[in-house]
Amino acid sequence: MHKLLLQNLWRSPMTIPAPAPSEQALAELGAQVDQAARRRLGRSLAIRQVDAGSCNGCELEIHALHNAFYDLERFGFHFVASPRHADVLLVTGPVTANMREALERTYAATPDPKWVVAVGDCGRDGGVFAGSYACVGGVAEVIPVDLHIPGCPPSPTQLLEGLLALL
Amino acid sequence: MHAQSLQAILDAGQPVAAHRPWPRFVVTPDIWNTLIEGLADSAWTLLGLWGELGLVHLAVHEEGSGMLGVASLPCPAGCFPSVGRRHPPAQRLERTIADLVGLQPVDAPDIRPWLDHGRWPVRYPLGAATAPTTTMPPYRFLAVEGESLHQIPVGPVHAGIIEPGHFRFTANGEAVARLEQRLGYVHKGIESLLNGATLERAARLVGRVSGDSTVAYALAFARAAEAATETEVPARAHWLRALMAELERLANHCGDIGAICNDAAFALMLAHCAVLREQILRASAAGFGHRLLMDRVVPGGVAADLSVEGVSVLQSLVAEIRRQFPALVTLYDNTASLQDRTAKTGFVKPTLIRQFGCGGYVGRAGGRAFDARRTLGYPPYDVLKFEIPLRTDSDVNGRVWLRICEVEQSLSLIEQILQKLPSGPVRVALKTPGQPCESLALVEGFRGDILLWLRLNGDGTVARCHPRDPSWFQWPLLEAAIEGNIVADFPLCNKSFNGSYSGHDL
Ligand code: SF4
Repeated sequence: MHKLLLQNLWRSPMTIPAPAPSEQALAELGAQVDQAARRRLGRSLAIRQVDAGSCNGCELEIHALHNAFYDLERFGFHFVASPRHADVLLVTGPVTANMREALERTYAATPDPKWVVAVGDCGRDGGVFAGSYACVGGVAEVIPVDLHIPGCPPSPTQLLEGLLALL
Repeated sequence: MHAQSLQAILDAGQPVAAHRPWPRFVVTPDIWNTLIEGLADSAWTLLGLWGELGLVHLAVHEEGSGMLGVASLPCPAGCFPSVGRRHPPAQRLERTIADLVGLQPVDAPDIRPWLDHGRWPVRYPLGAATAPTTTMPPYRFLAVEGESLHQIPVGPVHAGIIEPGHFRFTANGEAVARLEQRLGYVHKGIESLLNGATLERAARLVGRVSGDSTVAYALAFARAAEAATETEVPARAHWLRALMAELERLANHCGDIGAICNDAAFALMLAHCAVLREQILRASAAGFGHRLLMDRVVPGGVAADLSVEGVSVLQSLVAEIRRQFPALVTLYDNTASLQDRTAKTGFVKPTLIRQFGCGGYVGRAGGRAFDARRTLGYPPYDVLKFEIPLRTDSDVNGRVWLRICEVEQSLSLIEQILQKLPSGPVRVALKTPGQPCESLALVEGFRGDILLWLRLNGDGTVARCHPRDPSWFQWPLLEAAIEGNIVADFPLCNKSFNGSYSGHDL
């Protein structure tokens, strides 16, 4: 018995190395998980709105997304109170110098993966306020932007179109 | 009552040529001090306080006589006698003058910076602009002493879709002992951008001082530009402007009534009111081509005429709101749990309202019967029938009811305008002034009276423009309104005021 154990100890194992996973099976499993996740979690995105110096016109139209005509939540979007709960930052305004740090900190507090949507002509390049000593001019000057929705202000329909493109 | 009339006091100064329609006087420090005493004695109301290189301007209104005037004090030494020392409503305006122009109020009780947070590449942007040489020390909030007090700092980024500002609550358990506001986060330097702007660009900028009041701001600017250049606007333009102004009032009132109820966790009202608001914006877009009516009121008239189809769209809008709104009013009135939250909450003393010359629904819910549409009677309000609703309860409930009554008035005004709309052109070209000219305009936005002072260069470009939002005299009263209320009622109180951050921060 000792001899046998010793032999086994010195011999390389008989077990074959693990095969590479089947590409096909993986794809199949992936699709299943994706479906289950989409069914359970929905195509859901949590949005945190940040006013970085807007004239409040853009906010009015973002608010309108909640009304019965647009009913944003049916698409799986909802607004959250904390950047820590957010997938998307929806940023308006020409980014005033006085709001710059607050925007940077909000971005830092948002967990990855995250998207930034700059709303309005102001959010794109400062709009009518571009060139002011008090404005940085455009959200992309401060944090990376994934999507711009132009307009002054963009209509709720334009906002919806932009947001749906994110899903 | 003050011994002398405002007119008599101002007449002792040097009248300034070409300031319309109300006069401006260059005054001595003595006259300036007399004016301060009159303000402190409530003989007249502070309308505005602003500065430019070497000069401070004070706009006052005397209710009895209806006199409106501007006093300008030269400040060769870079300072002026503080108005805020005797008249608290001036304090934040003075701190702003110190920030933007660099003129110091002498003996002012509060000399902390207000809009300047130490983050601009320039100091005194409206004065002798210089690069900052020192970093600004951290802002000193008022000291809090006392046992068992705790502080709750909120903002600038708030938990909803609202504008940014900082609120420092000092609470004793649940009750708020003090609220201190810190604003200025959305300061965009609009006044500097206006310097040298063409009338067209300036109108676009002023129309974006506070997006929710874009019609009222554009109207204030247009009226000022027309007064300065002595341009007569066609009658139809006046009527279309009033139509837009009432649509804006209606949309904001409907939206806000719902939003206030939502802050008391009564979402049903918000859902219904938001639908009304959306219908108003859609009708506005159908009639004038922009949901919020931005850039529709322009110097010289209006940018877009209203078609026959537009008239009928607006007529059916009024009919639709008349059909839906009464049920919502009943719902508000009959929901005891909602009234429990709004009644007696956020009370503002009527004496404070008078002292601050607080306008809009906050002022009128606290018994101050000022509405620029009636008090000044600019066209076409001089020939339209409407009431100025007035209340004295001065709490959240009172402000909601005041706006409910104003919705009814605006509906009636829109009907009258649609019925009697005169025909004719809607826009004229503004005269080129040839030489510098100045003017003052005061118009009633949904939130209250907007003051706008304008100086044009001879070529018709803007030399200096100062728009003053009604929020300047409302924000401070919110600090008073929340005292003794529970922290959880702050959103309710705040929404019932709905001060503009952008309009205030400029
Ligand atoms: S894009 Fe237009 S509406 Fe939006 S914040 Fe800028 S000025 Fe206001």
